[in-house]
Amino acid sequence: MILAGSGGQGLVLSGVILGQAAILDGKNVVQTVSYGIASRGGFSQAEVIIDRDEIIYQQVEQPDIVLALTAEAMELYAGMARTRVFYDSRLPAGADGPNLAGYPFTRLAAGLGQSGAANMIALGVLASATGVVTAGSLVKVIGQRFSPPLAQSNVMALHTGIALGTGAAEGS
Amino acid sequence: MWCPGCGNGIVLGALLRAFEELGYENGDTVVVTGIGCWGKADDYLATCALHVTHGRALAFATGIKVYKPELNVVVLMGDGDGVTIGGNHFIHAARRNIDLTAVIVNNFNYGMTGGQVSATTGADRYTSTTPYGNPEREFDICALAGAAGANYAARETVFDGWQLQQRMKEGLTRKGFALVEAVSPCPTHFGRYNQIDGPDLLRRLREVAGDGLVCGLLIDRNAPDFNARYREVQAWAQKRNDRN
Amino acid sequence: MRRVRQLQREPRLIQGNLAMAEGALYAGYPITLSSEIASECARILPQSGGVYLQMEDEIASLAAVVGASLAGAKAFTATSGPGFSLMQENLGMAVMGEVPCVVIDVQRSGPATGLATKPAQSDIMQVRWGRHGDQAVIALSPSSAGECFCLMVQAFNLAERFRVPVVFAAEEIVAHMRENFVSPAPGEIEVVDRKAPQGPPGRCEPFARDAGAVAPVPAFGSGFVFHVSTSMHGPDGFSNNDPAVAAWKVERLHRKLDLHRDEIVMTREFYTDDAEVLFIAFGAVTRAARAAALEARKNGVKAGLLQLITIWPFPDREIAALAEKARTVVVPEMNYAGQAALEVRRILGPEKDIRRVNKYNGRIIAPRDVLAALDFPAK
Repeated sequence: MILAGSGGQGLVLSGVILGQAAILDGKNVVQTVSYGIASRGGFSQAEVIIDRDEIIYQQVEQPDIVLALTAEAMELYAGMARTRVFYDSRLPAGADGPNLAGYPFTRLAAGLGQSGAANMIALGVLASATGVVTAGSLVKVIGQRFSPPLAQSNVMALHTGIALGTGAAEGS
Repeated sequence: MWCPGCGNGIVLGALLRAFEELGYENGDTVVVTGIGCWGKADDYLATCALHVTHGRALAFATGIKVYKPELNVVVLMGDGDGVTIGGNHFIHAARRNIDLTAVIVNNFNYGMTGGQVSATTGADRYTSTTPYGNPEREFDICALAGAAGANYAARETVFDGWQLQQRMKEGLTRKGFALVEAVSPCPTHFGRYNQIDGPDLLRRLREVAGDGLVCGLLIDRNAPDFNARYREVQAWAQKRNDRN
Repeated sequence: MRRVRQLQREPRLIQGNLAMAEGALYAGYPITLSSEIASECARILPQSGGVYLQMEDEIASLAAVVGASLAGAKAFTATSGPGFSLMQENLGMAVMGEVPCVVIDVQRSGPATGLATKPAQSDIMQVRWGRHGDQAVIALSPSSAGECFCLMVQAFNLAERFRVPVVFAAEEIVAHMRENFVSPAPGEIEVVDRKAPQGPPGRCEPFARDAGAVAPVPAFGSGFVFHVSTSMHGPDGFSNNDPAVAAWKVERLHRKLDLHRDEIVMTREFYTDDAEVLFIAFGAVTRAARAAALEARKNGVKAGLLQLITIWPFPDREIAALAEKARTVVVPEMNYAGQAALEVRRILGPEKDIRRVNKYNGRIIAPRDVLAALDFPAK
């Protein structure tokens, strides 16, 4: 899985949460990052490999799943995903392919009044539409990682995403 | 090992008498020395000693004092070692207010390497590397320590050995960063380049330094030292950890 | 006074940088690629009575580590490229004073400030030869977050056992990688402490002549009185310029590692029993090479892998033994000059078919890069 976008969108954190949830599900996980010198802005990506077996090479060579939150990320990875590319529907649809699935991550996050929660909505969509991790584990990890009020709002965003992803999975 | 007319022996005598009067044991006292004539003082010491790289003695001493706060840690440096190459460590040790006593012998030049200009050589003074006079100005070491946050700074010349010994005792017993600056003649280099003979150099020590030097107790504070502050951090961290 | 921190026993996602931080005294200076170690130490060390010290630069950081170690601490620092260059002089001091300590160098792409957030393995020779004068250190290189934890314990053990600085040469990939990991139970990994002198406290010789070339050393404040010096010294630690003493000291610094070479050198083999092609790799590149070996075998090429866990002393005997059976040796590494390949060439001689795979653009070596060195077409 490749989660790509820009620094500050919380993609590295999303990768960590995804990885921890997969461990709770009993899987092996390797998560790596690639980032620039800027803490906010600039290209940023997290790679997550989840496997029942030992993970030998630590990088993703061809992703099964891509999450793209910026146009640059779309351009880089839209054509690569074996299973599906989840992208923010606000982005110009520069590329097309059978695997593309646009979701209004940022619009919904703004609607919830937490523009920073687009990553959590995306995690919810990704989990429910693909089944790589269980929703229960994601909720548990979020509960461990954040203080109660923050955890609550993040779980709310996650559930928004889960509902959205379930609908899409049924529709496709 | 030190040249005739050098003040290092007087400073070392004052330091050892201060140790004796304060009842310091060899096993509880670590003397950290840097590089230079005064940095060789550890060869004459029966205490624990650590002789380290040029300019870094305060940083080594910080590691010792932080891990074993009960030790008496004393740092011996010259003006080249302590405030020229080691200037950054000097201001940060003072800012951190780490409970060390720094004894800096200031002889206005690098003695061991042949009398080159240092950060305490006065303007227009002659050294082996300022043959036309020093175009730079000198540091006032005690003022520097005070500005950086030291609890204690005092200056005496080796002409007043007994007074120097009293300052050492004050510095050694003061919590936090304490500086004793011992102004000392280097007849072999500084005196020769500036055409001042040995006894004259000793008598005129205060005026041969740049704008002249004021002696005595110059900085006198009682701010909490680093170890005291870090114990608060440890207590707070343990409380937080126990709660989790 | 110090409590042993209870490590979490359930599987968890642990970052390489964080795995290196648990359980020691730390002095350091912030630098990209090792910053998480500093933050984690600042958080956890005071909880267990330990100390986190942020010094004014990397020179001071290693100085404080050496001072703390002589006062009895298990002390370490962490840095990356530029900071490691600044530490060289005091690393030499630690060698000369025979002071146990660990320096983590999270290697990054250079030269100078270079690509500050990108990985490299271009400090291999600097780790060994970065300081002036005749000296030697031990260096380890981890390939996973779990290895970061276990090898960090080994690094301290080797430092204590042989009174020598140990460089923990990781690279950005492993440092920022997160992997599931179960902490070993206390007691599961042996912990070695330096040998202290026997008998009642008094004056002692911390560099005494010793058959194993490693003399017992007390801590400052233990009642023993002793000297440690950056200058040439005799068994008592006092300055000594006698040519015979100087020769004895320099020989001792090397001999203590030579004598105990087999306790220091660690390697790991994958699929080497019948290997005709031998990959030699270290650090994160080990993983690409292992994947490449499996891929090569699918293509009918009997490939195997030797992972160099200890990179200094260089595992010459292990390499020679395995290479004898192999027709081709491939050394993939993330630097331009082939720093490890040069050593492999030195060991195997001018005739051996040794192929280099080098990457120095900040990108990671992938299995296909390793396979490209072989004669069959990689997909």
